[in-house]
Amino acid sequence: MSNYKRSNAPIFWLLFGAGGMLSALFGSVLVFITGLAVPLGWIFKPQLLSYERVLPLAQNWLGKGFLFAIIALFAWHAVHRIYHSLHDIGIHTGALAKLLCYGSALVLTVVTATQLLSLGF
Amino acid sequence: MSNVNKTTSARRPYRRPMAGWWKRDPFFVRYMAREITAVAVAAYAVVLAVGVVRLSQGEAAWNGWLEALKSPLSLLLHLALLVCFVIHAQSWFEIMPKTMPMIFIGGERLKPQTITRTGWLAVAAVSVLVFVLALWWQA
Repeated sequence: MSNYKRSNAPIFWLLFGAGGMLSALFGSVLVFITGLAVPLGWIFKPQLLSYERVLPLAQNWLGKGFLFAIIALFAWHAVHRIYHSLHDIGIHTGALAKLLCYGSALVLTVVTATQLLSLGF
Repeated sequence: MSNVNKTTSARRPYRRPMAGWWKRDPFFVRYMAREITAVAVAAYAVVLAVGVVRLSQGEAAWNGWLEALKSPLSLLLHLALLVCFVIHAQSWFEIMPKTMPMIFIGGERLKPQTITRTGWLAVAAVSVLVFVLALWWQA
């Protein structure tokens, strides 16, 4: 049993599930606030997303962790689902499709992590 | 004639057309709608990641990102994203009874509707919570 190869599927499934749950719970309200309400000046004051307010949030370990979890898990959820839907729209998947899908999530994860860390604590 | 497949011509074998297969049944349309929400989730992750990059580049870059969010194209995009995220939240908990292990309480199986409704209730609670937190934080 020493050369028994374990499947890596549960890892991707776990990331898909976690991202799916997080995006189901937080996605709608976040899109509404950051993408519609604040830009249009609805309900919230414009300073809600001002540099002076968002920078400390991204420097706080809790805020940093939340931002990282949202961005990274959203990305892993999305690419997993897109990868498995490619067959439905007539695209035969292979190593290249897998690399493009999961690779782009990895790039987004690494970029987000390094940028968040560069902001300091 | 024992093998049915041999009766078809080798020159032009019939292939059942699959283009637009998902339009044949409302169930497939709903399936495609919920799979497409993944594109919206990916797009929003990119929008936020760009925001983080701009934040690390300083105040001017951050304000540029905020300005870009005010463009009509961005507002239209976020309206579409919002629709997708609502469909995602709705369908995520709708299929959850099928994707999670069965739960038994007092020998009775927890009803699928209970799981789905609890999920939707959680979405409402989290949305209100984030809303109140944002209102409190801006003051």
